[in-house]
Amino acid sequence: MNRPVAPDALVHYVASEKLADLKPPASVLPPLPLALFRTYFGTPGTAVITLACVAILAWTLPPFLSWAFINATWTGTAAQCREAGGACWAFIGEKFWFSVFGLYPFELRWRPATVLVIFAVMVALSTQRLFWRRELVYAWFAVLAVMWGLMGGSVLGIPIPGLEPVGTRLWGGWLVTIFLSVFGLAMAYPIGIMLALGRRSKRPIVRALSVTWIEFIRGVPLISLLFIATFIVPLFMPQGVEIDRLIRAQIAFIVFAAAYMAEVFRGGLQAIPKGQFEGADSLGLNYAQAMRFIVLPQALKITIPAQVNTFIGLFKDTTLVLIIGIFDFFTTLRSALGDSNWLGFATEAYLYAAFVYFIACYTMSRYSQRLEKDLNPERVR
Amino acid sequence: MSTIETPPATKTAFWNDPVKRGLALQTVLVVFVLVVVWAAWNNMSANMVARGLIFGWDYLDRPANFAIGEGLIPFAPTDSYGRAVIVGLLNTLRVAVVGIILATLLGVALGVMRLSSNPLLARLVSGYVEVVRNTPLLLQLFLWYAIINTLPGPRQALPLGPGMFLSNRGMKVPWVEWSPALWPVIWALVAGIIGAFIAARALRRRREAAGDAPPTLPIAAALIIGLPFLALAAQGFPATLSVPVLQGFNFTGGIELSPEFVALLLGLVLYTAAFIAEIVRGGIVSVYKGQWEAARALGLPAPRIMRLVILPQALRVIIPPLTSQYLNLTKNSSLAVAIGYPDLVHVSNTTMNQTGRAVEVILVFALVYLTISLLTSAFMNWYNGRVAIRER
Repeated sequence: MNRPVAPDALVHYVASEKLADLKPPASVLPPLPLALFRTYFGTPGTAVITLACVAILAWTLPPFLSWAFINATWTGTAAQCREAGGACWAFIGEKFWFSVFGLYPFELRWRPATVLVIFAVMVALSTQRLFWRRELVYAWFAVLAVMWGLMGGSVLGIPIPGLEPVGTRLWGGWLVTIFLSVFGLAMAYPIGIMLALGRRSKRPIVRALSVTWIEFIRGVPLISLLFIATFIVPLFMPQGVEIDRLIRAQIAFIVFAAAYMAEVFRGGLQAIPKGQFEGADSLGLNYAQAMRFIVLPQALKITIPAQVNTFIGLFKDTTLVLIIGIFDFFTTLRSALGDSNWLGFATEAYLYAAFVYFIACYTMSRYSQRLEKDLNPERVR
Repeated sequence: MSTIETPPATKTAFWNDPVKRGLALQTVLVVFVLVVVWAAWNNMSANMVARGLIFGWDYLDRPANFAIGEGLIPFAPTDSYGRAVIVGLLNTLRVAVVGIILATLLGVALGVMRLSSNPLLARLVSGYVEVVRNTPLLLQLFLWYAIINTLPGPRQALPLGPGMFLSNRGMKVPWVEWSPALWPVIWALVAGIIGAFIAARALRRRREAAGDAPPTLPIAAALIIGLPFLALAAQGFPATLSVPVLQGFNFTGGIELSPEFVALLLGLVLYTAAFIAEIVRGGIVSVYKGQWEAARALGLPAPRIMRLVILPQALRVIIPPLTSQYLNLTKNSSLAVAIGYPDLVHVSNTTMNQTGRAVEVILVFALVYLTISLLTSAFMNWYNGRVAIRER
């Protein structure tokens, strides 16, 4: 029935205030205690699993926690540590700066410290996609040169006035790990792209050489490359020419990393549809232009997560320089174990090293997961 | 008739001709590589002469003068370097084979557990996987080695299971005492495996042809386990299981695994298992949900859904990265040199220090690893071709 109403009596059907939220239907969401019970003890199988997990935790966690925290010694001497019986974090406190700078001359430590700060700033900038431009790449190369110059006091053999030269034998700690991994990546990246393109080249000799490099390097353990760099490469040099030990290890590492990066890039290249190559051809672009403007930007973008994963692997592999006696972070820390005042705290040292590597790698892997989502919004369901 | 004026074909300049350009590029590349190799070879010869080194394999026959702590074949310091290399290779293969088997079992278990509907279990496993994957293997090896070295001595050894003890001297496990009467048992085992294969084939044919056949698994298991058992029983159980027993200050019986071997095996297995767990999880998740639902709609029971529908599809995703993990484990076993397990690299390192034959020694062990890798990839390609989806 439509009764005519006077305009001033018009009824408004718009809510003037927020209505109370509706509760979800009872059948969908059981009360929290019941839901928890169902999740953990719903079936006999689940109950057994839950109990087993709790038993494992109860068995391992309390002893570990009492060792690592309750009975731990945070500051003090080795004797106090032994008396307390728990973990000796005082040892890590004592050796912390040594593990960062290694044997670098004490009064010159401001130089590696500056390098660390510059590096941290560059990393922080590079994670922001706002700064993902060509200039960032140039900036990285400039910064790497500055870092190298600041550490050693010379760039490509040219001494920098005002900086006392410091031989690479005195480099150590975090700095060497950073140099090995970051220089390794920076140099392996372009070489890896060339190898990946070479492997897909139509020219048989280019292809054969690329395949040989990639398969040989991937087929042997990194240790053999480090051995080659340490014992055989000096034989290849003309008499009287000597390459620094750290640089030789660095080159071995670059050669190694390039082969692995090449396989990542190859995956990206294979994922580019044929139409993209044909489109580039029909535009009249030559090979270099087609690669630079059409193919590589796509291939590199889709492989960013794989690149980060490979980099994490390479970063962990830098520890292998221990075997040829180069003082990276881990080797430096292990050398601290030989301090006769602090014998017997290996477990603490390894846990500290594990913690540092874990933080670095886990951050990178989370970052790569986020990037994967950000870069492929269409894939996220 | 009007003639169409065709413009005279312009001759492409030779530097724009792709064929000639390619030839030129490749020639330059070959010349470059040859020059580098020639220069390196030349320098090497000069350097070796200057250092009084001669390239050659004669050192392999000379006595090694060092002892090797453990090995599958006996080795004395008077044996040759060549034999030392073989002992090292066998040690590498031993840790790699045992490691691959254990890592696969643990990895598959962890991968399935990570998909468990019980969040506690899934979280625990995923925490383990993240921690292990994000720390260097070398560090883990040192950690395990340090932990084993701080364990109590044999008198207070930790019992790990029936007849298995872990102490700072390594691990003691039961072992079958060898006697020639075991040969028939081994042959029976081989026959059982071959028989199981043949039976499985025949049964599959029958199932495909007639739609019905006795179940394969019990028959195969009966053949593989039953035949050796019969061979043992026929001889009146001649073999004895040697179980380690504490006597005085040390164990007698069983076999001893050195602390280095245990640390290396533990490190490799725990590390690789974490990666395998991720691969297995990824493989199972990759099977489209509709496949589960369709299989359920057909009325298949859960174990059969897994075996007949999910696993064949998941394996296609799982196998290739799994093989590369096996290769990684084998290559990573070279880290043994850091904790002193006498594997190929460790023995080579000692040889190199004693003889100064760096080039030959490194060449040998690099080629060994390369051969293993290439054989595995060849197998991989063959397998991939077999299981690839056959598209029309």
